[in-house]
Amino acid sequence: MTKQIERHAIVVVGGGPAGLAAAIAAYEAGEHDVIILERDTKLGGILNQCIHNGFGLHTFKEELTGPEYAARYEQRANELCIERRLGTMVVDISADRVVTAVSAEAGITRMQAGAVVLAMGCRERPRGGLATPGYRPAGIFSAGTAQRLVNIEGQLPGREVVILGSGDIGLIMARRMTLEGAHVACVAEIMPYSGGLKRNIVQCLDDFGIPLLLSHTVVDIEGRDRVEAVTIAEVDDHLRPIPGTEVRYPCDTLMLSVGLLPENELSREAGVEISPVTRGPVVDESLQTSIPGVFACGNVLHVHDLVDYVSEEASAAGAQAARFVTEGFEAKGSRGIPVTATDGVRYTVPSFIDPSRMDKLLTVRFRVANEYRDRYVSVYLDDERIQHRKKRVMAPGEMEQVVLKRSDLEARPNLANITIKLEEE
Amino acid sequence: MYDVAIIGAGVSGCSIARELARYDCSVCVLEREEDVCCGTSKANSAIVHAGFDAQPGSLMAKLNVEGNRLMYEWAKELNFAVLPVGSLVVCVSEETRPGLQELLERGQANGVPDLRIIERDELLQMEPNISDEAVAALWAPTGGIVDPFGLTVALAENAAANGVEFRFNTKVTGVRKAGDAWELAAGDGTVTAKCVVNAAGVYADDIHALFLAASGKSDVPPIEPSVAPNELTIVPRKGEYYLLDTTAGQHVTHTIFMLPTAMGKGVLVSPTVHGNLIVGPTATDVESKEATQTTAEGLAEVASKSSLTVKNVPLREVITTFAGLRAHQAAHDFVIGELEGAPGLFDCAAIESPGLTSAPAIGVMVSGLVAERLGAQRKPEGAFDPTRPGVVNLVITSFDEWDELCQKDPAYGNIICRCCRVSEAQIVDVIHRVPQARSLDAIKRRTGATMGRCQGGFCTPKIMEILERELGMSPDEITKRGPGSEIVVGRNKDRLNISTQPVEGGDAR
Amino acid sequence: MATEIRELICINCPLGCPLTVTLEDGEVTSVSGNTCPRGDAYGRKEVTNPRRTVTTTVPVDGSATEHMVSVKTATDIPKGKIFDVVSELAGVRAKAPIAIGDVVLANVAGTGVDVIATKSA
Repeated sequence: MTKQIERHAIVVVGGGPAGLAAAIAAYEAGEHDVIILERDTKLGGILNQCIHNGFGLHTFKEELTGPEYAARYEQRANELCIERRLGTMVVDISADRVVTAVSAEAGITRMQAGAVVLAMGCRERPRGGLATPGYRPAGIFSAGTAQRLVNIEGQLPGREVVILGSGDIGLIMARRMTLEGAHVACVAEIMPYSGGLKRNIVQCLDDFGIPLLLSHTVVDIEGRDRVEAVTIAEVDDHLRPIPGTEVRYPCDTLMLSVGLLPENELSREAGVEISPVTRGPVVDESLQTSIPGVFACGNVLHVHDLVDYVSEEASAAGAQAARFVTEGFEAKGSRGIPVTATDGVRYTVPSFIDPSRMDKLLTVRFRVANEYRDRYVSVYLDDERIQHRKKRVMAPGEMEQVVLKRSDLEARPNLANITIKLEEE
Repeated sequence: MYDVAIIGAGVSGCSIARELARYDCSVCVLEREEDVCCGTSKANSAIVHAGFDAQPGSLMAKLNVEGNRLMYEWAKELNFAVLPVGSLVVCVSEETRPGLQELLERGQANGVPDLRIIERDELLQMEPNISDEAVAALWAPTGGIVDPFGLTVALAENAAANGVEFRFNTKVTGVRKAGDAWELAAGDGTVTAKCVVNAAGVYADDIHALFLAASGKSDVPPIEPSVAPNELTIVPRKGEYYLLDTTAGQHVTHTIFMLPTAMGKGVLVSPTVHGNLIVGPTATDVESKEATQTTAEGLAEVASKSSLTVKNVPLREVITTFAGLRAHQAAHDFVIGELEGAPGLFDCAAIESPGLTSAPAIGVMVSGLVAERLGAQRKPEGAFDPTRPGVVNLVITSFDEWDELCQKDPAYGNIICRCCRVSEAQIVDVIHRVPQARSLDAIKRRTGATMGRCQGGFCTPKIMEILERELGMSPDEITKRGPGSEIVVGRNKDRLNISTQPVEGGDAR
Repeated sequence: MATEIRELICINCPLGCPLTVTLEDGEVTSVSGNTCPRGDAYGRKEVTNPRRTVTTTVPVDGSATEHMVSVKTATDIPKGKIFDVVSELAGVRAKAPIAIGDVVLANVAGTGVDVIATKSA
């Protein structure tokens, strides 16, 4: 390399809500040599196109739109003069924390980081990932792509719309398209429950009389050049289409909101261990990945429903990264006490907890595998149940959490396992 | 008046055009779609076949083996992606083992070099994920994989650079005799040429019928081999495929075919030059020549057959599924030659697998026949430039080289397609080449942009902006692949009318 | 006495509490199922005077970075006026520079509520 390698205490990969909160927290924890690398030409990430309201109730106790929420963090980052490079895409992260990025301005830049915070976010599962039969015409959009076209470019992707998948972006786009003058015929969801937040079903579908067809999927797409119609059928318990239930919807647009996937190609190439369940890094209580000094937060770690929780999680990751740089983490043989997710709990973040490194309180986030009513969320330290909390409703679309106390863990020096599960009583 | 009009800008038509450009003659390519490589050439297995499949003595066998050799040569001068990964025909039962020997002998008769039967142990070393049932395989080191878009585009660009004209969105609907030449009803106008080549893929029988109607009795003897009239029926044979993410691209490292058993033919499993894994195809004869839709049954068949030769194919890594149509003809051989009694009308039809591999040899053969009819001479040394600059591929560019590219053109540092690592500079490059890339799919075929795991989710709006800027298009003129496939339909609120949208409580609409 | 029971889902926050609102002769007599006072207020309002915040975009002229600027009604407006609001915004263009909170259209659709920018451009 002809160019000098740069050195930074903390390199934050991504300047969306997670990256911003992580950088700010790292700075506030005392490590000022923080740099954000953002591939877009502005900070804020996906929030820039999420113009709907409902952000920030938790963090700011008021209801903001996505751009307003992002602006608050950007303003704070500006006040702290946190360095950022826009239009800069990270193309490689090595196991020894050398970050390689490219930009039009500087070409290839290499940085040796004391700590790296992964905050690359997620992407949408495309139509191809569903192997839906039919043609491959124009007019098939993932909901986020349509959202960008409408909210950033002012372009209307279609006039007669069918939406497959009831993820939040799909629900939000049902309302957005309606308010821009398009007609949304229905939202089809293959599962017997919605993947989106209840409030979005009320505000985005019910308000406009848009039907939500649970246990339905698209079985055919017509139109060689542009979508002309889609056929929707009911599915059985094994999610297989039931013959005879097909209904054809003439339309020019099919929007997909069928899941979000953490963008971990860089992490994987760096050698970070990835969970097959979350598709994000396996982290410990410090949100540190399997590579020492590499931390992860936000949707690259696991897909969140609420940006407020992204910010909270990212702040923790940023503060821990600062601590790693200034104090160092003592090298240990194991990553801590394993956290087991079972009986309806699909995964937990973190997956390991070292009580000596955790704060007084530690939030463990998780998702459930199905829709449950009146179940208890239980926490076991080895065989002893220490938490038992009843929830009226839980659904896979809504992230859950429990808070662990360090004192509880430290009181059990031989603790071998922490289990989080659902119980009927 | 042109010396030659070629109907169809698929891989055959473009190869013929490129080879004709070596001669002193004027050539025009007529294509009904908006770009090259829009039919059979774009949706296939992307395999460079070694040549052991075709019957010895057939045209197919000859052109396959010759095409295979030329493919690797041409890749160097035309800069398209081809990888000689080698292919394996896997035998999954002792009963069918004689079939391997048969294939070996057929291949040797066809002149395929270095064929060898390998036993399970060696096979397992080459392909750790091979099926537990595999007992032996035919190893063909000259087999390979190619970028069919890259090949076709390279041929077209090189043809254009050497004087060939391309007309897109120009469908040929009629042929009539015009003195010593032929007049084609093409698009909104007519094109006259002394020779016409039918390279119309699945529509070659329709063009052949137009040829027949136009031809009267002639005293001029045809140039061998001649094509007898009334014998051409093309059956669109559908093949459906799974394309898996690059995360699955190393699941096998050679092209894996199955030696047919009583149970059937199986599907191939192969890496692609883009680093993905391709699984397919099915083979179903269909009615419509536009039936490129995938079907639930076809995709299920591919999924179930994938395990016949390879273990644990990670189908959940699928990023897209697609279907292509092969131009199948009952006799299963290429139909190449001049029509009897119609001097100057040439068929290049029924180019089904191994048509892609054979394309270079087809180009050489057909250009030779046409040049002979025209009495055209080879251009003098130096008047034909056989080289074509490739499009930069950042996936295989070192960081140092990439940095140098950025110093020359900063747009190489502006990544547009993050999944396939395509920068603004590459997209601008292909927009301004000849033939131009004017649609999202045209850009995809040349750069790989939108072909990755997000399937254009992030980069579609960005590519639209570049097209708007570079070609002065408005957003609603930008298409996925030509007129009728517009991406957006208007502007926000362009049809909102205050009086037609009453909302009462939750009962709107 | 006519008793009516309405089942609603609270939209104040992502918890989405399932509410049961009881009306007697059109008057709300009780709200249950809520976990906070805002749920009670929402339940009462939703059955008598439903209101929504409308968010959308308008084109912006003279901005180096944006084609569109996102906007919202400064407070919620009657639910029945949603389409009146967006229709009235159909002809509106904003002019850069514009800051978060700037009024893009005053008193939209006669609601007495302003439409304000949620993004700077």
